[in-house]
Amino acid sequence: MSMEFLFATGIGWVVAVGIYLLLRGRSFAVVLGLTLIGYAVNVFIFTMGRLWSAAPPILGAKELQADPLPQALVLTAIVIGFATTGFVIELALRSRHDGGSDHVDGRPDAPDDSAAPAESSR
Amino acid sequence: MSWLHTQLPILPVLLPAATAILLLLLGDHGGEDAGHGHRKLRWARWLALGSVLLGLAISAALVHGAAGGELRAYLVGEWPAPYGIAIVIDRLGALLLLLTSLVALPVLWYATGGWDSHGRYFHALFQFQLMGLNGAFVTGDLFNLFVFFEVLLIASYVLMVHGQGAERFRVGLHYVVLNLAASALFLIGVSLLYAKTGTLNLADLALRVPKVEGPDAAVVQAAAWLLLVVFGFKAALLPLSLWLPATYAGACAPVAALFAIMTKVGVYAIWRVHGVVFGAEAGASAYAVEQLLLPLALGTSVLGVLGALAAHTLERLVAWLTVASVGTVLVALSLFNPAAWSAGMYYMANSTLVIAGLFLLAELVAAQRGDAADRLVPASPVAQPTLLGVLMLLAAASAAGLPPLPGFIGKLMLLEASTAHTWQVAVWVTVLVVGFLTLIGLARAGSIMFWHVRHDLPDSAASGASPKLIGATLLLLAATVAMSVFAAPIQRYTEAAALQLSDRGAYARAVLGARGTATETTRPYSGRVDAPAGAASAGGTR
Repeated sequence: MSMEFLFATGIGWVVAVGIYLLLRGRSFAVVLGLTLIGYAVNVFIFTMGRLWSAAPPILGAKELQADPLPQALVLTAIVIGFATTGFVIELALRSRHDGGSDHVDGRPDAPDDSAAPAESSR
Repeated sequence: MSWLHTQLPILPVLLPAATAILLLLLGDHGGEDAGHGHRKLRWARWLALGSVLLGLAISAALVHGAAGGELRAYLVGEWPAPYGIAIVIDRLGALLLLLTSLVALPVLWYATGGWDSHGRYFHALFQFQLMGLNGAFVTGDLFNLFVFFEVLLIASYVLMVHGQGAERFRVGLHYVVLNLAASALFLIGVSLLYAKTGTLNLADLALRVPKVEGPDAAVVQAAAWLLLVVFGFKAALLPLSLWLPATYAGACAPVAALFAIMTKVGVYAIWRVHGVVFGAEAGASAYAVEQLLLPLALGTSVLGVLGALAAHTLERLVAWLTVASVGTVLVALSLFNPAAWSAGMYYMANSTLVIAGLFLLAELVAAQRGDAADRLVPASPVAQPTLLGVLMLLAAASAAGLPPLPGFIGKLMLLEASTAHTWQVAVWVTVLVVGFLTLIGLARAGSIMFWHVRHDLPDSAASGASPKLIGATLLLLAATVAMSVFAAPIQRYTEAAALQLSDRGAYARAVLGARGTATETTRPYSGRVDAPAGAASAGGTR
């Protein structure tokens, strides 16, 4: 029971942090938020194949086998998440370079708006 | 020839992929120092156009096959479904493949008129986008749908900022971040479904979702809602449609025109998943999202057309009309009867072509209006008022649904199909009012641009648009007129497509064979084949 509790609260906490960062006004925080949510989702996919201990996903290696499919899915999700994160970082850098500010709405930097909440199109 | 016929279903995915790789190998040094007549660029254009033309022929062949009632399942590497990668071509999938090619060909032709040299690797990205679109339309597996979504999205991210500029990067960043968040939700929905059904193959899901009962059904329905959020986001369903106008208006004209088909990927996915898997025969999860989908779809139409009335540039107006048209298609979808689905498919094909044509036309007009560009303010007259005006009239009439253009036929079919439905009044009022307001919006734009001209301003230096650009736009609008001329056969096709779509048994037999429907394996997987589900599971599920 404890492992399930740990996974559930862990995923929930990481998603909460990710959503908080996603709603920030700076593209760097937004990218971090997306990355955290991506991690949490990957662990979630993995968990959806049930939690096992001492069960390899190999047929015949042991009496008990873990479901290999979510592990394959999570691998794909990790690769895609990695690529898209790389792209969004590049895009954020370019947006900052061209727009002169790393605010997600391209607002010019003011001395005291570092904590201003984002008003993105969501 | 028979070998080619066997491999035909996978070709819509492989052909753009191979072309894109060739185009990458060919290289692209950008247009700045090379100029329009650069040899490499010319090669790339011919290669890309040839590939899209071949793709059109392939999708036409697939539509021809599907029209005969053939439901083709292609198992990649002969791995049996539901374990391998399944490609399924049914009538709806084939229709959307053809629609993609029909949009892609004129748009690409238009882009070779100059836009493709405003950045690097336009043609390769265009092909990757087509690969993702085609893949999403033919895949028979929910996870592969996710993968193809990502392929088409990552290509669209780069196409979106094609031509560059601070505004495009700003809007592009929003677009990418929103889509990445949606992808995370997609994965959560998919894995929830897997946890409770043990499969992600759409045919297999259609058989297993009805068997999920009790508290597990609630989890499956939660997955359905999550997937609706994701697909609704792509399709620009009501609360999630505000990203679309800014994005589409920000992209360059050919890219925006190609994106006209992208909202349809979301619609298609809702059709497949919520229309069929969570459709009539889904047991405890039947019509999981119907209650909310119809009001939201009606609201999307209204919001779209109100946005179009308030738009201050022509591109934004067209982008809002995209939202309105998607709303109408989703209204048809959420009526959950074959006649309405048929109307939805017909209207979807027509509206996609019209919207793509309008995006191209918007740029043609904007280019001839001097400094005013596409802003809806009186400006100097355009160089080709008659030609562009007539094209605009044609597109507006079709978008608004005036007879005898196909927009009218589609809406008429929809109105007929909604009689006897409890929401009939709402559907009729919304569809008719939205059509009327669309006409007003486009008439207002047209009269400002073509009639309310200011002769005191110096004439814009622009001469007429090149025949190529006009030709590409004309091709798209001509395709909509053709839809009117051939309305009867197309309507027969969409009716058969709607019936085929709701027949989940036939779909399952085609994909899984006799074996899939007969054998019961212990899924969701629980560790040991002989153990009852849950005995070895630490997850505490049944």
